[in-house]
Amino acid sequence: MTELRIMRGREWSRPVRPARREVLSALPELEEGRPPLLFVPGFGHGAWAFAEHWLGHAASRGFPAYAVSLRGHGGSEPAPEATLRAYAHDVVQVAASLPRQAVLVGHGAGALVVAHALARYPARGAVLVAPVFGGWGVLGAALRRNPAGTLPAVFGGPLRLNRGQLFSRELPDEEARRHVGRLGRAGRRAQWALLGEPEAEPAVGSPPVLVLGSPDDRVVPASTLTRVARRYGSAPLLFPGMGHDLMLDARWAEPIDAILDWLEKEPAPAR
Amino acid sequence: MSTSTDHGRPDPETTPSALSSDGRPVSDRGDTVCVIGAGASGLTAIKNLREHDFGVDCYERETGVGGAWNWRHDRSPVYASTHLLSSKPFTQFPDFPMPDSWPDYPHHSQLLSYFERYADHFDLRSHIWFGTEVIRVEPAEGDRWDVTTRSTGGYGPERTSRYAAVVIANGHNWSPKLPRYEGLEEFRGEIMHASSYKDPAQLRGKRVLVVGAGNTGCDIAVEAAQQASRCWHSTRRGYWYAPKYVLGRPADQVNDTLLALRVPLRVRQWLYHWTLRLTVGDLTRFGLPKPDHRVYETHPIANSQLVYYVGHGAIGPVPDIARFHPYAVELADGRQIDPEVVIFATGYLPRFEFLDASVFADSAGAGRPTLWLNAFTPGHPTLAVAGLLQPDSGLFTLSHWQTVLFARLLRARRDRPERAAAFASRVRERAGERYSGQVKESSRHWFEVGHADYLRAIQRALHDLEAK
Ligand SMILES: Cc1cc2nc3c(=O)[nH]c(=O)nc-3n(C[C@H](O)[C@H](O)[C@H](O)COP(=O)(O)OP(=O)(O)OC[C@H]3O[C@@H](n4cnc5c(N)ncnc54)[C@H](O)[C@@H]3O)c2cc1C
Ligand SMILES: NC(=O)c1ccc[n+]([C@@H]2O[C@H](COP(=O)([O-])OP(=O)(O)OC[C@H]3O[C@@H](n4cnc5c(N)ncnc54)[C@H](OP(=O)(O)O)[C@@H]3O)[C@@H](O)[C@H]2O)c1
Repeated sequence: MTELRIMRGREWSRPVRPARREVLSALPELEEGRPPLLFVPGFGHGAWAFAEHWLGHAASRGFPAYAVSLRGHGGSEPAPEATLRAYAHDVVQVAASLPRQAVLVGHGAGALVVAHALARYPARGAVLVAPVFGGWGVLGAALRRNPAGTLPAVFGGPLRLNRGQLFSRELPDEEARRHVGRLGRAGRRAQWALLGEPEAEPAVGSPPVLVLGSPDDRVVPASTLTRVARRYGSAPLLFPGMGHDLMLDARWAEPIDAILDWLEKEPAPAR
Repeated sequence: MSTSTDHGRPDPETTPSALSSDGRPVSDRGDTVCVIGAGASGLTAIKNLREHDFGVDCYERETGVGGAWNWRHDRSPVYASTHLLSSKPFTQFPDFPMPDSWPDYPHHSQLLSYFERYADHFDLRSHIWFGTEVIRVEPAEGDRWDVTTRSTGGYGPERTSRYAAVVIANGHNWSPKLPRYEGLEEFRGEIMHASSYKDPAQLRGKRVLVVGAGNTGCDIAVEAAQQASRCWHSTRRGYWYAPKYVLGRPADQVNDTLLALRVPLRVRQWLYHWTLRLTVGDLTRFGLPKPDHRVYETHPIANSQLVYYVGHGAIGPVPDIARFHPYAVELADGRQIDPEVVIFATGYLPRFEFLDASVFADSAGAGRPTLWLNAFTPGHPTLAVAGLLQPDSGLFTLSHWQTVLFARLLRARRDRPERAAAFASRVRERAGERYSGQVKESSRHWFEVGHADYLRAIQRALHDLEAK
């Protein structure tokens, strides 16, 4: 990882322009002092992807749960020129607005956004779900599985993920169609940034980091899960048989329960 | 929900296991670090020390957090109209941004709510004893410190606790600096220091003389221009009055665009003079004295309105005061004016009454210690000062990194003592180092720092401490 950076000339002189953000939430009936969770959807997804199951489930287990739509996604303000820095800014803004130090949970390319946000906000902890950290390998896998949906993205067009990439066969067709129909797209500059495998600065405040995913994910190869987890000094937690969208797939309860169990054990910060 | 009037938590666990040098009982707080003050600098010290796993006891003599920015505090220097001078990106803590919905230059009440949210977000209040004043800080054996406290106002017994380290974050904008003048005692008008100026209603319909052209003096002169029947503004030199916006953006953001490109100081000064020339114009034409220095050689003034009101005749620039008469003030050029109210916006002086002058090698006791990085004292590796800086930009980013560096230094003392020892010898070699270009000699300028020079120095110090 790169070194801690104190001089941030570009961020000071060219601050990210604010954009209206959608934040959905589900709060426990009784405040039990658990850390709030902030879910960050990947490219093309909005806060809705977590509102479907995970927010309510986390709240029912006593965790205040929030999900943000990155600018240009879901109900947030359109932002065709959004950059990775702007997405990380959106996440840090929402995290800092929560009453207490938050746990950031990023899915897909949202995990990369979280990795960047961790360098600007001392999270209580972080969870990277099926992380897409970019690079040509991910592009290669996507091109192989879904050439028609992926190729336009290389030229700045939208990335279109299909049912087979996102869900297992267990998910009823109708439900899968409904989710795929809601997918939007990320800004093209942010999409291109993925190819460069943009290196995040080290996390501030040394939060504990959990990496999880599915060995049968058709977007993120198992080797990537291992590589990302190793970077944070751990091994990935695996949920075989699930598609890339673990929060929407048929067995969505297993990964979120694993995340909440991990948090309940009060993981020690990685120092 | 917590409010800003907090009563803190019960007293620290007492383990009266030691005696102070003069035989008083001392409760030993083990590896805990003591932080003095819960203003911006103290809060970030608590947060960063906690983040590095240190226990922290913070003592705050007021009843809430926020220090200078808490207008409820008797000693708060803010007045009703105070807005930030540095725009948001330069002012916020680097890991806790101000909300996007706030303006470029937030109001002081927003600053207070920012610090209260910071304290709640990181659960800092449980480490703070409010209404408790530190009255003595004395070195004890093994680089530890005996800190004596009592209830603010002098009630209740004194108690002494022993700490592994101390962060002094007591602020430097609360002890007024008042100049002396011949005849001042006989003057029949009202006299006040800017620290007790709160609201423009205090000026309404009166003839007002404002002394000093720091940012406080300029702000008050502008309010007097709007509210008073007459306003004179006395300065002992000419200044550069920089607007808060240039080229349609906050001026500090434009300046940092140049800094990021590493444009040399001389060129930046030239560009600045040129921009001011094009926007504000020739100040002497307004009757303002010509600056006796180049831009960046005095603590910057950011005020778009002062020159505007001078141009409308609502502020009358006058020279330094020569002496006072019962009903008049005599100026250096021999003129006499007849103000009803005189406000001294002549600044503040740092003070460390709880510390023996020998610790800071400040024999004159002038509140002017010789430090490295304005924070570290030769010979006292477990003592740090946070926030003793007069930056050309926001302070909080700087005190954040100061306290991160101190937390890592304390960690190195435990895990890599040879690194900590090397750090200590750098403190000895480099104490007194400056982090700004040339500045005018004035009691307010010895701790002036350029934020870019200063943060680069901190970055280097961190790197040297932790490099493989
Ligand atoms: C009018 C005005 C406007 C300003 N505007 C800006 C600006 O725009 N941007 C900027 O960066 N800076 C500004 N400043 C500078 C200001 O000093 C800092 O913003 C900031 O308040 C400094 O924080 P601090 O924590 O170091 O000190 P303070 O805010 O002064 O806090 C020190 C705390 O320590 C406590 N304390 C002191 N002594 C003791 C003791 N013996 N025992 C226990 N507690 C003690 C005090 O009660 C106080 O709460 C401004 C200053 C003034 C006067
Ligand atoms: N955010 C805001 O809006 C805001 C507002 C006010 C203040 N501040 C900050 O608060 C700090 C304190 O500011 P300040 O304006 O109160 O004080 P200051 O910066 O110390 O300015 C004091 C002024 O009084 C003059 N002065 C000092 N002693 C004098 C004497 N004996 N006779 C005549 N003139 C004398 C100084 O002149 P010299 O030039 O000779 O030193 C200077 O012009 C600064 O960091 C400032 O930036 C911020």
